[in-house]
Amino acid sequence: MYRIIKKRQLTDVIYLMDIEAPLVAKSGLPGQFVITINTEKGERIPLTICDLDKEKGTVTIVFQTVGASTLELAAMNEGDELFGFVGPLGKASDLIEMSDAELKEKKVIFIAGGVGSAPVYPQAKWMHEHGYKCDVILGARSKNIIILEDELRKVCDNLYVCTDDGSYGFKGNVCDMLKEVINKEGKSYNHCVCIGPMIMMKFACLLTKQLGIKTIVSLNPIMVDGTGMCGACRVLVDGKVKFACVDGPEFDGHLVDFDGAMKRQRIYATEEGRAKLRFEEGATHHGGCGHCGGK
Amino acid sequence: MDRMKRTPIREQDPKVRATNFDEVCLGYNEEEAVQEAQRCLTCKNPQCVKGCPVNINIPAFIAQLKEKNFEGAAKEIAKYSALPAVCGRVCPQETQCEGKCVLGIKGEPVSIGKLERFTADWSNENNIKLAEVEPANGKKVAVIGAGPAGLTCAGDLAKKGYAVTIFEALHKAGGVLVYGIPEFRLPKDKVVAKEVENIKKLGVKIETNVIIGKTITIDELFEEGYDAIFIGSGAGLPKFMNIPGETANGVLSANEFLTRVNLMKGFKEEYDTPIHVGKKVVVVGGGNVAMDAVRTSLRLGAEATIVYRRGMEELPARAEEIHHAKEEGVIFNTLTNPTEILVDDQGNVTGIKCVKMELGEPDASGRRKPVVVPNSEFVIDCDMVIMSLGTSPNPLISSSTKGLETNAHGCLIAQDETGLTTRENVYAGGDAVTGAATVILAMGAGKHAAAAIDAKLSNK
Ligand SMILES: Cc1cc2nc3c(=O)[nH]c(=O)nc-3n(C[C@H](O)[C@H](O)[C@H](O)COP(=O)(O)OP(=O)(O)OC[C@H]3O[C@@H](n4cnc5c(N)ncnc54)[C@H](O)[C@@H]3O)c2cc1C
Ligand code: SF4
Ligand code: FES
Repeated sequence: MYRIIKKRQLTDVIYLMDIEAPLVAKSGLPGQFVITINTEKGERIPLTICDLDKEKGTVTIVFQTVGASTLELAAMNEGDELFGFVGPLGKASDLIEMSDAELKEKKVIFIAGGVGSAPVYPQAKWMHEHGYKCDVILGARSKNIIILEDELRKVCDNLYVCTDDGSYGFKGNVCDMLKEVINKEGKSYNHCVCIGPMIMMKFACLLTKQLGIKTIVSLNPIMVDGTGMCGACRVLVDGKVKFACVDGPEFDGHLVDFDGAMKRQRIYATEEGRAKLRFEEGATHHGGCGHCGGK
Repeated sequence: MDRMKRTPIREQDPKVRATNFDEVCLGYNEEEAVQEAQRCLTCKNPQCVKGCPVNINIPAFIAQLKEKNFEGAAKEIAKYSALPAVCGRVCPQETQCEGKCVLGIKGEPVSIGKLERFTADWSNENNIKLAEVEPANGKKVAVIGAGPAGLTCAGDLAKKGYAVTIFEALHKAGGVLVYGIPEFRLPKDKVVAKEVENIKKLGVKIETNVIIGKTITIDELFEEGYDAIFIGSGAGLPKFMNIPGETANGVLSANEFLTRVNLMKGFKEEYDTPIHVGKKVVVVGGGNVAMDAVRTSLRLGAEATIVYRRGMEELPARAEEIHHAKEEGVIFNTLTNPTEILVDDQGNVTGIKCVKMELGEPDASGRRKPVVVPNSEFVIDCDMVIMSLGTSPNPLISSSTKGLETNAHGCLIAQDETGLTTRENVYAGGDAVTGAATVILAMGAGKHAAAAIDAKLSNK
């Protein structure tokens, strides 16, 4: 079970994998996520579903190597098997729940930042397959972190690419790009789905609020079980505690407490960093670097 | 021998065990067990049995122990309980069987729990076969959740010849027994894994990593040909207090903390799950879960404090756990209630603001209601706060299943005797029905439902 069918390195730190998981492939919907467990002793890693192939029974995931567990996953190869692959978790995207009449009213802009293009892709694809129009803004710090550009181009009407350093496409961040598209190209939108780093979603939401565009964000807070048992994934939305794994992962971006959520994400930063060092340096790790406290 | 006094139980020294995760209680050996069994009066009208939620014939199994017939004792218990090695360790005996034992009137009640534990461990060590499996009857039953309720229901049905599959959301079977109750109280390999193995030996299949309501729905299970379904999905989502500072770094639920440590083995070098342990940890709550969290943080090196709004007398945890926690050096701040979690500019916990409480008039539940003492505010310095305030039901299954109704609290509605829900051929039991309760009640509910499912399906 859970065999890695395909592995593709998209950038030096971002990987794509097709995992054999027929039950998840059968019931998964855009917007939902899975939890992967590399080995019996591994961590539970939540990852958004990037694509599904019901016939082949595979689920596509895209991840960036940020800690020891994602590094370990990146080191696995086609044919290897994951110890666990659980899902689909969370609620499906709002768009999928809407009626045809509602969807026809929507002028949708997707904003994808960095690895955020992975969760945006299945939603844009779903819109395309069901005959609805949408535009996509794809932003990253630099050209080498732009992923899934070709895939996205096929499923949207207009794809706008931007990089912070101007190495590819428009020079500027996704907010600059959105202003440009609206002001210079005369586009108008009434629904935005914005997925990417927390800080990007925060600023994009400030802008869309000004512009009066309803905005949905997808959060990926710390998770343990992903089934609503532990409360690790709680976020403050409209002043109320919500569990991202059962109430989300998508929320109204104008109501999310991003500052609180960003602080929470840092909790395990040091421990994760330490585990990463231990993994990378293996038996040669002696704790002399001064960064890890010798652990 | 003084009949009024219990045979002492051997335990790890408090100073030593406060730094390890090995089991606190070492249990009786054969001589000690027989000696303790001799104290039982084998009452004609045994009060202990009335105190036992599943009415184990206690004097009968103890009578076997007196004769050194340990196998006979194990078989006697097996008529009523599927998880004696677990229950002997975690049941609140002082309010159940032992609370009713007549010896308790003048002296100390028989150590029924410790005798049950001895019997079950002996039977596991000697690989005693406690049940025969009837020939396959061609009927299929799906069980949701591999906690005490689900395991028991599955085991009983398998013995009757049903093909049973358990679907479990997590990557390991056992429910609270693996992710909640810590190693030092309930050893995972020696006891829990063994119980799960025993259930598998009866022919039960366990599919981990499958979430019913998400991966597969109840309707799809019926379409796949299951004749009946039992839901034992547990208590659900942890509650928080809704006080300022609660989303700060260093505030977590007992479920998260214990899961990281127990299931994900955050305390072991070779496991990857990060666990951040504070230097000074405050656990809010007074139940078994709170005791487990506080004693776990103590073992991970923290100064560990309980904050509880009622008094020592009212702590709902098992008496033995409170006693052990005190011995190990846990600080108890009772009649104290948090009002705010203090946070630095990085969002990290620095302390917890509390008020003193006193007990007023009894409330609807009959417990005396704590009321705030005016001007009693004070701060406890700490860098981690663990909330252990109970749970509210998880809507995953009820919201994805038509015809499955819940009560005002969100718990599944199920008949007392049979566990039948509001939907035909769907049964439920354990914490999913009662809200957070006990292992023995969950086990009992699994047993009742198994009997009801068998009655229903064999009449067809
Ligand atoms: C820390 C702690 C300490 C405790 N101490 C004691 C004690 O000392 N004595 C005592 O008697 N009781 C104690 N309890 C309570 C006792 O553990 C529970 O009452 C008992 O485990 C309930 O059993 P259950 O089978 O109903 O549920 P659980 O043990 O919760 O098992 C439910 C299982 O279902 C799975 N599940 C949930 N949803 C789904 C789904 N949709 N699909 C598939 N699987 C699903 C869960 O992952 C879990 O494995 C304690 C509880 C905790 C948390
Ligand atoms: S009440 Fe006490 S003495 Fe009487 S049978 Fe039960 S355990 Fe033995
Ligand atoms: S991840 Fe545990 S409740 Fe959401």
